Amino acid sequence: MYLLTSSVGRKQLMAVTGLLLVGFITVHLLGNLSIFAGSEAINIYAEKLKSLGPVVWIFRLVMLVLFLVHITFGIQLTLENSAASPETYAIKQRTKTTFAAESMIYTGLIILAFLFYHLLHFTFHLVQTDAVDAVHTLVNGRPDVFSMVAKSFNSAFVSIVYIISMAALFLHLSHGLQSLVQTFGFNNGTSQDKVIGIGKLVAIFYGLAYIAIPLAFLFHIVKI
Amino acid sequence: MNLTLHVWRQKGPKAKGKLETYQATNVSEDESFLEMLDEVNEELIKAGKDPIAFDHDCREGICGMCSQVINGKPHGGQERTTVCQLHMRSFADGDEIFIEPWRAKAFPVQKDLIADRSTLETIMQAGGFTSCHTGGVPDGNALLVPKPVADYAMDAAECIGCGACVAGCPNSSAMLYTSAKVAQLAVLPQGKGEAKARVKSMTDALLDEGFGNCTNHYECQDACPKGINVKFIAKLNREYIKSLV
Repeated sequence: MYLLTSSVGRKQLMAVTGLLLVGFITVHLLGNLSIFAGSEAINIYAEKLKSLGPVVWIFRLVMLVLFLVHITFGIQLTLENSAASPETYAIKQRTKTTFAAESMIYTGLIILAFLFYHLLHFTFHLVQTDAVDAVHTLVNGRPDVFSMVAKSFNSAFVSIVYIISMAALFLHLSHGLQSLVQTFGFNNGTSQDKVIGIGKLVAIFYGLAYIAIPLAFLFHIVKI
Repeated sequence: MNLTLHVWRQKGPKAKGKLETYQATNVSEDESFLEMLDEVNEELIKAGKDPIAFDHDCREGICGMCSQVINGKPHGGQERTTVCQLHMRSFADGDEIFIEPWRAKAFPVQKDLIADRSTLETIMQAGGFTSCHTGGVPDGNALLVPKPVADYAMDAAECIGCGACVAGCPNSSAMLYTSAKVAQLAVLPQGKGEAKARVKSMTDALLDEGFGNCTNHYECQDACPKGINVKFIAKLNREYIKSLV
Protein backbone atom coordinates (compact mmCIF):
# COMPACT_ATOMS: atom_id res chain seq x y z
CA MET A 1 0.00 0.00 0.00
CA TYR A 2 1.39 3.36 -1.08
CA LEU A 3 0.70 5.15 2.21
CA LEU A 4 2.78 2.67 4.17
CA THR A 5 5.95 3.28 2.17
CA SER A 6 5.66 6.99 1.40
CA SER A 7 7.43 9.46 3.68
CA VAL A 8 4.52 11.89 3.96
CA GLY A 9 1.98 9.04 3.95
CA ARG A 10 3.52 7.52 7.07
CA LYS A 11 3.72 11.00 8.57
CA GLN A 12 -0.04 11.30 8.06
CA LEU A 13 -0.62 7.90 9.64
CA MET A 14 1.54 8.89 12.64
CA ALA A 15 -0.54 12.05 13.01
CA VAL A 16 -3.93 10.32 12.60
CA THR A 17 -3.08 7.54 15.07
CA GLY A 18 -1.50 10.13 17.37
CA LEU A 19 -4.65 12.24 17.32
CA LEU A 20 -6.86 9.22 18.05
CA LEU A 21 -4.54 8.23 20.90
CA VAL A 22 -4.90 11.76 22.28
CA GLY A 23 -8.65 11.14 22.08
CA PHE A 24 -8.12 7.98 24.12
CA ILE A 25 -6.03 9.66 26.82
CA THR A 26 -8.68 12.39 27.02
CA VAL A 27 -11.48 9.91 27.70
CA HIS A 28 -9.23 7.96 30.05
CA LEU A 29 -8.34 11.14 31.94
CA LEU A 30 -11.99 12.17 32.33
CA GLY A 31 -12.72 8.74 33.80
CA ASN A 32 -9.70 8.93 36.10
CA LEU A 33 -10.58 12.37 37.40
CA SER A 34 -13.83 10.93 38.77
CA ILE A 35 -11.60 9.75 41.62
CA PHE A 36 -11.68 13.31 42.95
CA ALA A 37 -15.47 13.07 43.14
CA GLY A 38 -15.22 10.45 45.87
CA SER A 39 -14.85 6.70 46.10
CA GLU A 40 -18.39 6.01 44.93
CA ALA A 41 -17.93 7.96 41.68
CA ILE A 42 -15.01 5.96 40.32
CA ASN A 43 -16.53 2.67 41.43
CA ILE A 44 -19.72 3.47 39.51
CA TYR A 45 -17.64 4.56 36.52
CA ALA A 46 -15.59 1.34 36.60
CA GLU A 47 -18.68 -0.86 36.93
CA LYS A 48 -20.41 0.94 34.08
CA LEU A 49 -17.34 0.57 31.88
CA LYS A 50 -17.10 -3.15 32.59
CA SER A 51 -20.81 -3.66 31.89
CA LEU A 52 -20.31 -2.47 28.31
CA GLY A 53 -18.89 -5.92 27.53
CA PRO A 54 -18.25 -6.36 23.80
CA VAL A 55 -17.99 -2.60 23.25
CA VAL A 56 -14.96 -2.59 25.57
CA TRP A 57 -13.36 -5.35 23.52
CA ILE A 58 -13.94 -3.57 20.22
CA PHE A 59 -12.46 -0.47 21.82
CA ARG A 60 -9.43 -2.44 23.03
CA LEU A 61 -8.91 -3.94 19.59
CA VAL A 62 -8.99 -0.50 17.97
CA MET A 63 -6.54 0.76 20.58
CA LEU A 64 -4.21 -2.15 19.87
CA VAL A 65 -4.20 -1.34 16.14
CA LEU A 66 -3.61 2.36 16.83
CA PHE A 67 -0.71 1.61 19.16
CA LEU A 68 0.83 -0.90 16.77
CA VAL A 69 0.70 1.50 13.82
CA HIS A 70 2.01 4.43 15.86
CA ILE A 71 4.83 2.43 17.47
CA THR A 72 5.88 0.57 14.31
CA PHE A 73 6.14 3.73 12.23
CA GLY A 74 7.74 5.61 15.11
CA ILE A 75 10.54 3.05 15.36
CA GLN A 76 10.91 2.79 11.57
CA LEU A 77 11.06 6.59 11.32
CA THR A 78 13.78 6.81 13.95
CA LEU A 79 15.87 4.10 12.26
CA GLU A 80 15.50 5.67 8.80
CA ASN A 81 16.33 9.13 10.08
CA SER A 82 19.42 8.06 11.95
CA ALA A 83 20.55 6.13 8.86
CA ALA A 84 20.13 9.35 6.85
CA SER A 85 22.55 11.19 9.10
CA PRO A 86 25.38 8.72 9.74
CA GLU A 87 28.03 11.31 10.58
CA THR A 88 27.67 13.94 13.25
CA TYR A 89 29.11 17.41 13.39
CA ALA A 90 32.02 18.18 15.72
CA ILE A 91 30.04 21.23 16.82
CA LYS A 92 26.27 21.13 16.69
CA GLN A 93 24.02 24.11 17.32
CA ARG A 94 20.28 23.62 17.47
CA THR A 95 18.11 26.71 17.66
CA LYS A 96 14.53 25.71 16.89
CA THR A 97 14.02 22.14 17.99
CA THR A 98 13.25 21.12 21.54
CA PHE A 99 14.36 18.41 23.92
CA ALA A 100 10.86 16.96 23.57
CA ALA A 101 11.17 16.77 19.78
CA GLU A 102 14.57 15.12 19.91
CA SER A 103 13.53 12.55 22.50
CA MET A 104 10.25 11.39 20.91
CA ILE A 105 11.46 7.81 20.49
CA TYR A 106 12.65 7.62 24.12
CA THR A 107 9.54 9.17 25.65
CA GLY A 108 7.51 6.95 23.32
CA LEU A 109 9.30 3.82 24.54
CA ILE A 110 8.88 4.91 28.18
CA ILE A 111 5.14 5.27 27.54
CA LEU A 112 5.09 1.81 25.91
CA ALA A 113 6.86 0.25 28.91
CA PHE A 114 4.46 2.08 31.19
CA LEU A 115 1.51 0.77 29.18
CA PHE A 116 2.58 -2.81 29.93
CA TYR A 117 3.12 -2.02 33.59
CA HIS A 118 -0.21 -0.20 33.83
CA LEU A 119 -2.08 -3.13 32.25
CA LEU A 120 -0.38 -5.63 34.55
CA HIS A 121 -1.24 -3.38 37.46
CA PHE A 122 -4.84 -2.23 37.11
CA THR A 123 -6.17 -4.53 34.37
CA PHE A 124 -4.58 -7.91 35.07
CA HIS A 125 -3.87 -7.28 38.78
CA LEU A 126 -0.51 -9.03 38.60
CA VAL A 127 1.72 -6.43 40.22
CA GLN A 128 1.20 -4.68 43.55
CA THR A 129 -1.01 -7.62 44.50
CA ASP A 130 -1.41 -6.45 48.11
CA ALA A 131 -3.02 -3.25 46.94
CA VAL A 132 -4.97 -4.49 43.94
CA ASP A 133 -6.63 -7.27 45.99
CA ALA A 134 -8.91 -4.53 47.30
CA VAL A 135 -10.78 -4.68 44.00
CA HIS A 136 -12.20 -8.07 45.00
CA THR A 137 -14.02 -6.52 47.94
CA LEU A 138 -17.46 -5.22 47.14
CA VAL A 139 -18.52 -1.81 48.40
CA ASN A 140 -22.22 -1.10 47.88
CA GLY A 141 -22.26 -4.13 45.60
CA ARG A 142 -19.51 -2.79 43.36
CA PRO A 143 -15.82 -3.76 43.09
CA ASP A 144 -13.82 -1.31 45.19
CA VAL A 145 -11.69 0.25 42.46
CA PHE A 146 -11.12 3.34 44.58
CA SER A 147 -9.33 1.43 47.34
CA MET A 148 -7.27 -0.48 44.77
CA VAL A 149 -6.02 2.81 43.31
CA ALA A 150 -5.60 4.48 46.68
CA LYS A 151 -3.61 1.62 48.20
CA SER A 152 -1.43 1.33 45.09
CA PHE A 153 -0.49 4.98 45.13
CA ASN A 154 0.29 4.92 48.81
CA SER A 155 3.47 3.20 47.66
CA ALA A 156 6.02 5.87 46.76
CA PHE A 157 7.60 3.53 44.20
CA VAL A 158 4.37 3.00 42.28
CA SER A 159 3.54 6.70 42.42
CA ILE A 160 6.97 7.65 41.11
CA VAL A 161 6.67 5.14 38.24
CA TYR A 162 3.37 6.74 37.27
CA ILE A 163 4.66 10.30 37.70
CA ILE A 164 7.77 9.68 35.58
CA SER A 165 5.69 8.00 32.90
CA MET A 166 3.23 10.86 32.79
CA ALA A 167 6.12 13.33 32.57
CA ALA A 168 7.24 11.35 29.50
CA LEU A 169 3.69 11.60 28.16
CA PHE A 170 3.83 15.36 28.69
CA LEU A 171 7.09 15.63 26.70
CA HIS A 172 5.72 13.36 23.97
CA LEU A 173 2.58 15.48 23.66
CA SER A 174 4.39 18.81 23.80
CA HIS A 175 6.04 17.94 20.48
CA GLY A 176 3.30 15.68 19.16
CA LEU A 177 0.34 18.03 19.45
CA GLN A 178 1.80 20.93 17.48
CA SER A 179 3.39 18.42 15.13
CA LEU A 180 0.09 16.89 14.07
CA VAL A 181 -1.34 20.32 13.26
CA GLN A 182 1.62 20.90 10.93
CA THR A 183 1.31 17.42 9.45
CA PHE A 184 -2.36 17.90 8.63
CA GLY A 185 -1.28 21.09 6.86
CA PHE A 186 -3.24 23.59 8.97
CA ASN A 187 -0.29 25.92 9.53
CA ASN A 188 0.48 29.15 7.78
CA GLY A 189 3.37 31.50 8.50
CA THR A 190 1.60 33.34 11.31
CA SER A 191 -0.17 30.47 13.08
CA GLN A 192 2.96 28.38 13.61
CA ASP A 193 4.25 29.96 16.82
CA LYS A 194 0.76 30.10 18.35
CA VAL A 195 0.16 26.43 17.53
CA ILE A 196 3.49 25.49 19.14
CA GLY A 197 2.59 27.50 22.25
CA ILE A 198 -0.92 26.11 22.55
CA GLY A 199 0.38 22.58 21.98
CA LYS A 200 2.75 22.97 24.92
CA LEU A 201 0.00 24.38 27.16
CA VAL A 202 -2.35 21.51 26.34
CA ALA A 203 0.49 19.04 26.98
CA ILE A 204 1.13 20.65 30.37
CA PHE A 205 -2.58 20.31 31.17
CA TYR A 206 -2.60 16.57 30.36
CA GLY A 207 0.65 16.02 32.24
CA LEU A 208 -0.47 17.84 35.38
CA ALA A 209 -3.97 16.32 35.36
CA TYR A 210 -2.59 12.78 35.16
CA ILE A 211 0.18 13.41 37.70
CA ALA A 212 -2.36 14.95 40.10
CA ILE A 213 -3.86 11.51 40.76
CA PRO A 214 -0.81 9.69 42.22
CA LEU A 215 0.29 12.91 43.92
CA ALA A 216 -3.08 13.31 45.62
CA PHE A 217 -2.79 9.86 47.18
CA LEU A 218 0.94 10.06 47.90
CA PHE A 219 0.47 13.26 49.89
CA HIS A 220 -2.83 12.08 51.38
CA ILE A 221 -4.85 14.88 49.84
CA VAL A 222 -7.38 12.24 48.82
CA LYS A 223 -7.80 9.67 51.59
CA ILE A 224 -9.23 6.18 51.73
CA MET B 1 42.20 40.03 13.64
CA ASN B 2 43.73 36.62 14.12
CA LEU B 3 41.63 33.47 14.15
CA THR B 4 42.10 29.78 14.78
CA LEU B 5 40.30 27.61 12.23
CA HIS B 6 39.39 23.96 12.68
CA VAL B 7 38.69 22.77 9.15
CA TRP B 8 37.43 19.39 7.97
CA ARG B 9 40.05 17.89 5.66
CA GLN B 10 39.22 14.81 3.63
CA LYS B 11 41.31 13.72 0.63
CA GLY B 12 38.52 12.05 -1.31
CA PRO B 13 35.06 10.49 -1.17
CA LYS B 14 36.31 7.25 0.41
CA ALA B 15 39.08 8.75 2.54
CA LYS B 16 38.68 9.23 6.24
CA GLY B 17 38.59 12.90 7.13
CA LYS B 18 39.54 14.82 10.22
CA LEU B 19 39.56 18.34 11.60
CA GLU B 20 42.83 20.19 11.12
CA THR B 21 43.84 23.44 12.72
CA TYR B 22 45.03 26.51 10.81
CA GLN B 23 45.83 30.07 11.82
CA ALA B 24 44.25 32.91 9.85
CA THR B 25 46.29 36.04 10.51
CA ASN B 26 45.66 39.71 9.75
CA VAL B 27 42.09 39.07 8.72
CA SER B 28 40.22 42.24 7.78
CA GLU B 29 36.71 42.60 9.17
CA ASP B 30 35.54 43.73 5.74
CA GLU B 31 36.44 40.40 4.15
CA SER B 32 33.82 37.81 3.44
CA PHE B 33 34.23 34.39 5.02
CA LEU B 34 35.24 32.92 1.66
CA GLU B 35 37.83 35.65 1.09
CA MET B 36 39.30 34.81 4.46
CA LEU B 37 39.54 31.18 3.34
CA ASP B 38 41.11 32.32 0.03
CA GLU B 39 43.88 34.00 2.00
CA VAL B 40 44.43 30.93 4.16
CA ASN B 41 44.65 28.89 0.96
CA GLU B 42 47.24 31.26 -0.54
CA GLU B 43 49.44 30.67 2.48
CA LEU B 44 48.90 26.92 2.20
CA ILE B 45 49.86 26.98 -1.48
CA LYS B 46 52.98 29.07 -0.73
CA ALA B 47 53.94 26.51 1.87
CA GLY B 48 53.48 23.74 -0.73
CA LYS B 49 50.43 22.29 0.98
CA ASP B 50 47.08 21.22 -0.42
CA PRO B 51 44.64 24.15 -0.22
CA ILE B 52 41.25 23.71 1.44
CA ALA B 53 38.69 22.69 -1.18
CA PHE B 54 35.33 24.44 -0.86
CA ASP B 55 32.37 25.11 -3.15
CA HIS B 56 31.59 28.66 -4.26
CA ASP B 57 30.37 30.41 -7.36
CA CYS B 58 28.51 33.72 -7.48
CA ARG B 59 29.72 35.04 -4.11
CA GLU B 60 26.68 37.28 -3.95
CA GLY B 61 24.31 34.98 -2.11
CA ILE B 62 22.16 33.68 -4.94
CA CYS B 63 23.77 30.59 -6.44
CA GLY B 64 23.54 28.25 -3.45
CA MET B 65 26.99 26.77 -3.97
CA CYS B 66 28.78 27.76 -0.78
CA SER B 67 27.99 25.10 1.73
CA GLN B 68 29.78 25.13 5.04
CA VAL B 69 28.65 24.42 8.54
CA ILE B 70 30.35 27.10 10.63
CA ASN B 71 30.43 26.59 14.39
CA GLY B 72 27.60 24.08 14.12
CA LYS B 73 25.26 26.21 11.99
CA PRO B 74 24.83 25.92 8.22
CA HIS B 75 26.13 29.16 6.61
CA GLY B 76 27.25 30.30 10.08
CA GLY B 77 23.78 30.94 11.46
CA GLN B 78 23.46 34.62 10.60
CA GLU B 79 19.89 35.34 9.54
CA ARG B 80 19.27 35.08 5.78
CA THR B 81 22.97 34.89 4.99
CA THR B 82 24.99 32.52 2.85
CA VAL B 83 28.65 31.82 3.69
CA CYS B 84 29.81 34.17 0.93
CA GLN B 85 27.78 37.01 2.42
CA LEU B 86 28.96 36.29 5.95
CA HIS B 87 31.57 38.90 6.83
CA MET B 88 34.45 38.63 9.20
CA ARG B 89 33.09 41.52 11.28
CA SER B 90 30.72 38.98 12.82
CA PHE B 91 33.76 37.36 14.44
CA ALA B 92 36.13 38.67 17.06
CA ASP B 93 39.91 38.56 17.34
CA GLY B 94 41.06 35.26 18.81
CA ASP B 95 37.88 33.35 17.88
CA GLU B 96 38.04 29.64 17.22
CA ILE B 97 35.97 28.68 14.19
CA PHE B 98 34.90 25.17 13.27
CA ILE B 99 34.26 24.66 9.56
CA GLU B 100 32.65 21.43 8.41
CA PRO B 101 30.96 20.24 5.22
CA TRP B 102 27.20 19.51 4.95
CA ARG B 103 26.80 16.12 6.55
CA ALA B 104 24.10 13.73 5.35
CA LYS B 105 24.03 10.30 3.78
CA ALA B 106 22.49 11.94 0.70
CA PHE B 107 25.35 14.49 0.54
CA PRO B 108 28.54 12.41 0.35
CA VAL B 109 31.68 14.49 0.95
CA GLN B 110 33.86 14.62 -2.15
CA LYS B 111 36.80 16.55 -0.75
CA ASP B 112 37.29 18.71 2.35
CA LEU B 113 34.26 21.00 2.50
CA ILE B 114 32.72 19.92 -0.80
CA ALA B 115 29.70 17.65 -0.56
CA ASP B 116 27.89 16.23 -3.58
CA ARG B 117 24.43 17.79 -3.50
CA SER B 118 23.19 16.43 -6.82
CA THR B 119 20.55 14.39 -4.97
CA LEU B 120 18.61 17.65 -4.68
CA GLU B 121 18.56 17.78 -8.48
CA THR B 122 17.20 14.23 -8.56
CA ILE B 123 14.30 15.36 -6.37
CA MET B 124 13.71 18.32 -8.70
CA GLN B 125 13.78 16.04 -11.74
CA ALA B 126 11.28 13.72 -10.07
CA GLY B 127 8.94 16.72 -10.02
CA GLY B 128 8.55 16.29 -13.77
CA PHE B 129 7.20 18.80 -16.24
CA THR B 130 4.73 21.65 -16.10
CA SER B 131 2.25 22.20 -18.91
CA CYS B 132 2.83 25.54 -20.56
CA HIS B 133 2.65 27.16 -23.97
CA THR B 134 5.52 26.75 -26.34
CA GLY B 135 6.09 28.80 -29.44
CA GLY B 136 5.28 32.47 -29.44
CA VAL B 137 5.42 34.52 -26.26
CA PRO B 138 1.87 34.78 -24.82
CA ASP B 139 0.28 38.15 -24.33
CA GLY B 140 1.35 39.74 -21.03
CA ASN B 141 -2.10 39.69 -19.45
CA ALA B 142 -3.35 36.47 -21.01
CA LEU B 143 -2.67 34.40 -17.90
CA LEU B 144 -3.65 36.22 -14.73
CA VAL B 145 -1.95 35.33 -11.46
CA PRO B 146 -3.40 37.20 -8.47
CA LYS B 147 -0.81 39.23 -6.56
CA PRO B 148 -1.00 37.23 -3.27
CA VAL B 149 -0.53 34.02 -5.24
CA ALA B 150 2.40 35.46 -7.14
CA ASP B 151 3.97 36.67 -3.88
CA TYR B 152 3.48 33.28 -2.26
CA ALA B 153 5.06 31.51 -5.21
CA MET B 154 7.96 33.97 -5.22
CA ASP B 155 8.57 33.41 -1.49
CA ALA B 156 8.87 29.69 -2.18
CA ALA B 157 10.95 30.30 -5.30
CA GLU B 158 13.52 32.16 -3.21
CA CYS B 159 15.01 28.75 -2.43
CA ILE B 160 18.47 28.56 -3.99
CA GLY B 161 18.82 24.83 -3.46
CA CYS B 162 21.92 25.12 -1.27
CA GLY B 163 20.97 22.25 1.03
CA ALA B 164 21.34 24.15 4.32
CA CYS B 165 17.93 22.78 5.37
CA VAL B 166 19.34 19.25 5.08
CA ALA B 167 22.56 20.19 6.86
CA GLY B 168 20.62 21.73 9.75
CA CYS B 169 17.98 19.00 10.03
CA PRO B 170 18.47 16.46 12.83
CA ASN B 171 17.04 13.87 10.40
CA SER B 172 18.94 15.09 7.32
CA SER B 173 15.61 15.55 5.58
CA ALA B 174 15.24 17.67 2.47
CA MET B 175 11.57 18.37 3.18
CA LEU B 176 11.91 22.17 3.27
CA TYR B 177 13.66 22.18 -0.11
CA THR B 178 11.07 19.80 -1.58
CA SER B 179 8.18 21.76 -0.08
CA ALA B 180 9.42 25.04 -1.57
CA LYS B 181 9.37 23.48 -5.03
CA VAL B 182 6.04 21.70 -4.49
CA ALA B 183 4.36 24.81 -3.07
CA GLN B 184 5.65 27.16 -5.74
CA LEU B 185 4.42 24.99 -8.58
CA ALA B 186 1.16 23.99 -6.90
CA VAL B 187 -0.22 27.53 -6.79
CA LEU B 188 0.77 28.75 -10.25
CA PRO B 189 -1.23 28.10 -13.43
CA GLN B 190 1.92 26.53 -14.87
CA GLY B 191 2.27 23.59 -12.52
CA LYS B 192 -1.16 23.30 -10.91
CA GLY B 193 -2.20 20.66 -13.43
CA GLU B 194 0.50 18.21 -12.38
CA ALA B 195 0.41 19.04 -8.64
CA LYS B 196 -1.01 15.69 -7.52
CA ALA B 197 1.59 13.59 -9.26
CA ARG B 198 4.39 15.99 -8.38
CA VAL B 199 4.00 15.95 -4.60
CA LYS B 200 4.09 12.15 -4.57
CA SER B 201 7.01 11.69 -6.94
CA MET B 202 9.14 14.37 -5.29
CA THR B 203 8.63 13.11 -1.74
CA ASP B 204 9.25 9.54 -2.92
CA ALA B 205 12.49 10.67 -4.56
CA LEU B 206 13.49 12.35 -1.31
CA LEU B 207 13.36 9.02 0.48
CA ASP B 208 14.96 7.08 -2.39
CA GLU B 209 17.94 9.45 -2.44
CA GLY B 210 18.70 8.69 1.21
CA PHE B 211 17.30 11.78 2.89
CA GLY B 212 15.50 11.37 6.21
CA ASN B 213 11.83 11.97 7.01
CA CYS B 214 10.55 15.28 8.35
CA THR B 215 9.53 15.14 12.01
CA ASN B 216 8.75 18.85 12.44
CA HIS B 217 11.88 20.04 14.26
CA TYR B 218 11.82 23.26 12.17
CA GLU B 219 15.62 23.60 12.33
CA CYS B 220 15.55 23.96 8.54
CA GLN B 221 13.77 27.30 8.67
CA ASP B 222 16.49 28.73 10.90
CA ALA B 223 19.24 27.30 8.72
CA CYS B 224 17.80 28.58 5.44
CA PRO B 225 19.75 31.57 4.06
CA LYS B 226 16.64 32.63 2.16
CA GLY B 227 14.21 32.45 5.05
CA ILE B 228 12.02 29.75 3.49
CA ASN B 229 9.21 29.23 6.00
CA VAL B 230 8.06 25.81 7.23
CA LYS B 231 4.55 26.89 6.22
CA PHE B 232 5.57 25.47 2.85
CA ILE B 233 6.00 22.05 4.48
CA ALA B 234 2.44 22.42 5.81
CA LYS B 235 1.43 23.28 2.24
CA LEU B 236 3.25 20.17 0.97
CA ASN B 237 1.35 18.10 3.54
CA ARG B 238 -1.93 19.64 2.34
CA GLU B 239 -1.00 18.93 -1.28
CA TYR B 240 -0.18 15.35 -0.33
CA ILE B 241 -3.55 14.85 1.38
CA LYS B 242 -5.27 16.39 -1.66
CA SER B 243 -3.37 14.01 -3.93
CA LEU B 244 -4.94 11.04 -2.10
CA VAL B 245 -8.51 12.09 -2.73
